[in-house]
Amino acid sequence: MNTETAGKPRSFQDILLRLQNYWASKGCAILQPYDMEVGAGTFHPATTLRCLGPKPWAAAYVQPSRRPTDGRYGENPNRLQHFYQYQVIIKPSPPDLQELYLGSLEAIGIDMELHDIRFVEDDWESPTLGAWGLGWEVWCDGMEVSQFTYFQQVGGQDCNPVSGELTYGLERLAMYVLGVDHVMEMPFNDPQSATPISYGDIFLQTEQEYSRWNFDVADTDKLLEHFVDAEAECARILAAPTVDPKTGREIIMVHPAYDQAIKASHMFNLLDARGVISVTERQAYIGRVRALTKSCADAFVLTAAGRA
Amino acid sequence: MADLLLEIFSEEIPARMQKRAAADLKKLVTDGMVEAGITYESAAAFATPRRLCLSVIGVLEESPTLREERKGPRVGAPERAIEGFLRGAGLTLDDLTVRDDKKGQFYVAVIEKPGRTASDVIAEVVEATIRKFPWPKAMRWGAGTLRWVRPMHSILSILSKSEGAEVVPFEIDGIVSGDTTEGHRFMGNGRFAVSSFEDYEAKLKAAGVILNAEDRAESIWADATNLAFAQGLEVVEDAGLLAEVAGLVEWPVVLMGDIAEDFMGLPPEVLQTSMREHQKFFSVRNTKSGRIEKFITVANRETADNGATILAGNQKVLFARLSDAKFFWENDLRVSLEDMAVKLENVTFHNKLGTQAQRIGRIAALAREIAPIVGADADMAEQAAKIAKADLSSEMVYEFPELQGLMGRYYAQAAGLPQEVANACEMHYSPLGPSDDVPSEAVSIAVALADKIDTLTGFWAIDEKPTGSKDPFALRRAALGVIRLILENSVRFGLSDRIEDGFEEHRQPTLDALERKVYVSILNDYEQGVRVSEELVDLVGTRGGKDAQNINDAIPLQIKERHIRTSAKNLAEMYRIQKSGTEWRDHFIPARGNLIAFFHDRLKVYLKAQGITHDVIDACLAMPNNDDLTLLVNRVTALQAFVNTDDGVNLLQGYKRANNILAAEEKKDGVSYEGEPEIRFAESAEEKALFAALDAGEVAISTALDAEDFSAAMAAMANLRSPIDAFFDSTQVNSGNQIVRRNRLCLLNRIRVVMHKVAIFSALNG
Repeated sequence: MNTETAGKPRSFQDILLRLQNYWASKGCAILQPYDMEVGAGTFHPATTLRCLGPKPWAAAYVQPSRRPTDGRYGENPNRLQHFYQYQVIIKPSPPDLQELYLGSLEAIGIDMELHDIRFVEDDWESPTLGAWGLGWEVWCDGMEVSQFTYFQQVGGQDCNPVSGELTYGLERLAMYVLGVDHVMEMPFNDPQSATPISYGDIFLQTEQEYSRWNFDVADTDKLLEHFVDAEAECARILAAPTVDPKTGREIIMVHPAYDQAIKASHMFNLLDARGVISVTERQAYIGRVRALTKSCADAFVLTAAGRA
Repeated sequence: MADLLLEIFSEEIPARMQKRAAADLKKLVTDGMVEAGITYESAAAFATPRRLCLSVIGVLEESPTLREERKGPRVGAPERAIEGFLRGAGLTLDDLTVRDDKKGQFYVAVIEKPGRTASDVIAEVVEATIRKFPWPKAMRWGAGTLRWVRPMHSILSILSKSEGAEVVPFEIDGIVSGDTTEGHRFMGNGRFAVSSFEDYEAKLKAAGVILNAEDRAESIWADATNLAFAQGLEVVEDAGLLAEVAGLVEWPVVLMGDIAEDFMGLPPEVLQTSMREHQKFFSVRNTKSGRIEKFITVANRETADNGATILAGNQKVLFARLSDAKFFWENDLRVSLEDMAVKLENVTFHNKLGTQAQRIGRIAALAREIAPIVGADADMAEQAAKIAKADLSSEMVYEFPELQGLMGRYYAQAAGLPQEVANACEMHYSPLGPSDDVPSEAVSIAVALADKIDTLTGFWAIDEKPTGSKDPFALRRAALGVIRLILENSVRFGLSDRIEDGFEEHRQPTLDALERKVYVSILNDYEQGVRVSEELVDLVGTRGGKDAQNINDAIPLQIKERHIRTSAKNLAEMYRIQKSGTEWRDHFIPARGNLIAFFHDRLKVYLKAQGITHDVIDACLAMPNNDDLTLLVNRVTALQAFVNTDDGVNLLQGYKRANNILAAEEKKDGVSYEGEPEIRFAESAEEKALFAALDAGEVAISTALDAEDFSAAMAAMANLRSPIDAFFDSTQVNSGNQIVRRNRLCLLNRIRVVMHKVAIFSALNG
């Protein structure tokens, strides 16, 4: 740990930077957030696609995540429709992954001698990604601070070797470490700095705006159109001949197609938040998104990054 | 003799799987050992979050040598036969012995299986056990292929004897067995070697691990109740939670914390459910007020600050959790139950049985019908049925499905609805199991019956009956629910009528839809100048199509043109009536009979548990009005009591005797003796007395039956016992006088007729 961040962290960004440093020191490539709206860090192609195939992989990144149904107009102490996840993905999962993980908690100032860390069964499943894995929620003093998963299947493909995935809910974790009761009161930068900025300074207004839009204003007919468009575009991209007629090279356009799958998934989340999807339709929509991610996974394992 | 200690050390095993896994480990390993001739004295298995452990005491160190003799071909048999035999036995010709029998000489192979050491056998058995271990869900990790519940890290496997312990050596996917393990993840201090089970258990304890889950559970419960008691409170018992928590910790430390005053307005069940489901906290109750005021959490370690940091953290998490619950509660209170019910229009109940809203509509109609019979106000029963399931669309029930019904009650109370209506929201699901309480309030009874009858008739209508062990819609439970609701509340109605009402509710919407389709199809045909389109034939069948056409043709053209819509409407209606009739006959009448039989089967199972035998039920089922379950069971109970008495047993003998003679003579003569016996042909005093007894008995029985007083009817039957016995003792039925014989046979028939007024005695095992 470098000297600047020694001692207790003082702000949200301090915790984030410490995680970045810690995982960098453990050999992960520190990536940047994916530039699309996603529901969780798992959707980043660095996880969804890169955990497929035999090539070793180790990456860590912050991913802004959106869950329209969780909007509370910024009033709930820790529920937000837009939040940050910290994601670590390592393939094959190293034997000391639990110890590495606990080391990251110490790096952000959680004293193992004073706290109660527990690994509580939580089998992870993402029906839209056609993925599942086994692992735990990690509890710190009764609070879920991370998800810890050994991927068994993604996009309908068996993971071989298995990737270990760690997902930290950054706001929740930071609030805990900083001793803050309401997320909006959390210092974003150093509270001693010339311009102290709180989480609420940045996000209270946006939470209100998005909560209103998600719940009441978003045009559901338009959203549905976007869904259908993205679905069609994904299929169209993958249906293109694998050899590019212009360059004569084999170029399978997995990532552009996967972007459309991400879009469709987010449209579905928005529609769901508007409550316009019935239980039976819900299953059908999930199945449609899964079909997209599955076809992207099938295509990815044919590419240079996805094969041996 | 040696003792085996086996420990499989892994990352955290789900709490719910630990107990079963320990038992499986014990069974698979010890079975495998015994099968290979390694017997043992006793075995015990243990589980903690990070380890499965097996201790086997008194293990045989080497399995006995096994000797097997195999008889082979004769000496001089074709070479190929001998070669085949040698191959099978794994021997050469020199190894064989030659023996004589009457026919000459033949080969014998003596195969000796030398004993194997326990160590060899155990290594093999443990590896096989690990590879085929029956985890509910297993996984791979890293780049390996081994499957286990979570990544496996080490295997401790030692055999300890008086001279010391030795490792049972084996390797599974790179994991080499050894004699070391580690203790608590945080309180332990690195790996250590062990030499025996006692040593292992003691060293684990020193390293912060209590090996036995029952010890952990006991210590949690003792500490929890003490903490609560010290403050005049009590812990709400929850055996399932206790077992789970004992599986989450290796070193339990019990801590008690406060629930903020902000949440005291929430229903106690919400507090309890939220704490149990999300946080695995025990609820602590004020014994006087019944309020949940504190919580107990179980940490997995001791700390320098005696858990102060841990407790503060847990308290904070609880605050956030309960803030959520409060958010749901307050949001739900802003929505009326009627509006919640409207949302159920978008929720499918079953793809062939429509939406939850349609289901509720049917239940409400049935509840209205049933209400007057059970003494409930019809309007109130209908109102209750309409909102009883509304909470399914509430936020609280979405979050905690197990609170369905209960939340409905709270929301109905908050809306100021009548108490009976609020209670029905909660109680109409009951009874859920054989020991669950049965609602006793009239409105709840009406809705509960309507709900279950709708479910049963619905699934019968679409032919989704339970088969064998498969009952995905819990229809047996629903039928038992109906039975208990009726019996425990002495409800009087013919179940057939209620079932018919239920079917009708399912049938009408189907017929409505059909009628609409036929109407549209006829109009289309007309507009397109088609006589009978395929579409119409699809709907009404070829014959139906012709009928429709004939009727259509019979209507004068000019009228038709003017009144085409009316005419199509009439035709569709006519078709509906016709279809309704055939469907009723072909589908619903058999389904109704089948459903009644299903109820009777469930009733038998239910009554059997109360000591009532199948034959007694059969004897009563054959009587009229057997779909009035209260009446049926009154009859059954009285008959069972009667056949258990001395009079009953003897009367049954008399009945059987009469019946047997009658059956034999009727068969022989080819006639049935159903005529009225005449007293003027009676010869003996006993015969005359029987006439008198039957006359008196018939009157008494009829009077009693009219009053539905089955005990009195049984008592009247008991009076027949001695006259019947006396008659058989004194009188020969087969008299030489044909008139007397015939009269006596008719008299026997009369015994049967009179007794059959009460029950069909021929069904009874005598």
